[in-house]
Amino acid sequence: MYSRAYKLAISLPPLAWVTLFLLAPYALMFVHSFWTVQDNQIVHTWSLNNYAKLVASPLYVQVLLRSMWIAARVTVFALLLGYPLAYFLSFHAGPRKELLYQLVIVPLWVSYLVRGYAWKTILGGDGVLNGLLQFLHITQHPVEFLLYSPFAVVLTLTHIYTPFTFLTIYASLEHIPRNLVEASQDLGASPRATFWRVILPLSVPGLLAGATFAFVLTLGDFLAPILVGGPGGTMISNIVQTLFGAAYQWPLGSAIAVCILVLVLGLLLATERVERKWTFS
Amino acid sequence: MDVFMSAAAPQPRTKAGGLGIYAAAVFAFLYFPIVVLVIYSFNGAGVGGFPPRNLTLEWYRILFSDRAIWDAVLNSVIVALAAVMIALSLGLPAALALDRVSFPGKALFRRLVLLPLILPGIITGLSLLMFVRYTGQKLSLLTVILGHGTALISVATTELFAGLQKMDRAQEEASLDLGANYLQTFWRVTLPNLSLPMAAAGLLIFTLSMDEIAVTFFLIGRDNTLPLEIWGRLRRGMTPEINAISTLIFIFSVALILFWYHLRTRGQGSAEPLLVAESEAFQGKIR
Repeated sequence: MYSRAYKLAISLPPLAWVTLFLLAPYALMFVHSFWTVQDNQIVHTWSLNNYAKLVASPLYVQVLLRSMWIAARVTVFALLLGYPLAYFLSFHAGPRKELLYQLVIVPLWVSYLVRGYAWKTILGGDGVLNGLLQFLHITQHPVEFLLYSPFAVVLTLTHIYTPFTFLTIYASLEHIPRNLVEASQDLGASPRATFWRVILPLSVPGLLAGATFAFVLTLGDFLAPILVGGPGGTMISNIVQTLFGAAYQWPLGSAIAVCILVLVLGLLLATERVERKWTFS
Repeated sequence: MDVFMSAAAPQPRTKAGGLGIYAAAVFAFLYFPIVVLVIYSFNGAGVGGFPPRNLTLEWYRILFSDRAIWDAVLNSVIVALAAVMIALSLGLPAALALDRVSFPGKALFRRLVLLPLILPGIITGLSLLMFVRYTGQKLSLLTVILGHGTALISVATTELFAGLQKMDRAQEEASLDLGANYLQTFWRVTLPNLSLPMAAAGLLIFTLSMDEIAVTFFLIGRDNTLPLEIWGRLRRGMTPEINAISTLIFIFSVALILFWYHLRTRGQGSAEPLLVAESEAFQGKIR
């Protein structure tokens, strides 16, 4: 029903823009990762030196592993908080459902920076939590380990990404046909069996999407580690950011960024495969 | 885990008690930092400590006479409005193309458009930084606008694509059959049908752009946006003035959400709640 001219008119502008301002920059990053630096100048000679440096250096590998470990913890906690919340809203909230949904959305809309800053004021040495502990005479001196630790990074990022995992899980729970749940109960399955054998399997796509989201965004985060992480909470993107900052080390920074990108894309493709297998209908 | 066991009970009202308490606790966790932030914006004794002392409006007075903050707010509004224009004017054709054109590389195109939605901001920010430098341009608010506009095409596309999927194409067909050309059909049939998704996308993009920091971090020139101005101050020492501006950001965000629900209930009511389209995009529902 649509003419050729119409199809060209709607396809070409976004295609051209995205090619120029997304594909070309990503490609440029990829190309940079094979270039080298000589006398503070980027030289366009091709080599795998940057990647060799990454593999050889225990520092980079160690920080990458630590970042993945932090991301894994954030993912698990965000799911443990987000799934029951989504389940409660979808199945048990009754007429208040819409209102409660909006209440979860609100913290998600509040800026990332505002939430990170809030945790900084809560966890700090002279912060709110330490003030409370001393006020209640639980401790005499401020507890210092709260802020500037991997713990603070995990807590802050869990707070930031829980609403995201909630969203994807809630969306997939809402798509479960309610007559399937009723059928399971009518056929004599216990509530427990209904949950484990009907509801949970059908919500796997949302669960996976939420998990991927939390993991990927935590892995690439560099702001929370600066805000609340301290030296022990440095993550891989902090190294990339440092390499792009003072030190003129774009090629090496690009190589790490490309590694993150490949890791992320691999994860996305893998979960997409699993999701497709699990998607109902 | 007993949370789940009690949850699927046949009489949910009586047996979901444990789950209800758990859900309430999660809500408390989500709101706790925000509540603390708001309370301490009135605290005369600084950003920490307990209990809050010498309640005062002084921090708001300081905030309102702080030129740098309001310059940054103005910059952020300019960037956000420009980003909305760019993202909508490219996201609309992109959504139309995904909905009704098949061309080689379409799957790749879809993935590429949606990539900034899931990719950590540092990757998109750095790629664009290299692109800007490579083409010999200077960093300024323009480069920030380019970054926001381009990254947020993803949001416009998902929202508008979801709207198109629900649209009745017979209306467009009727319009074309009755002699209207494509442009007339677009203005009089397609676009009015998309007004609610357009509004949702616009509001989302505006808010996300106002809050964006990871991409902005690498593309900013001399003029700061609000998040980067706040970021700079966090490193120089914190006062409850930052709590005060954060509280205003919070109130502003809530006002935007309420505005959207107002639009939605006044409209035809077919629009999904906010962000549903995005979360479905993550589940690969756009094919």
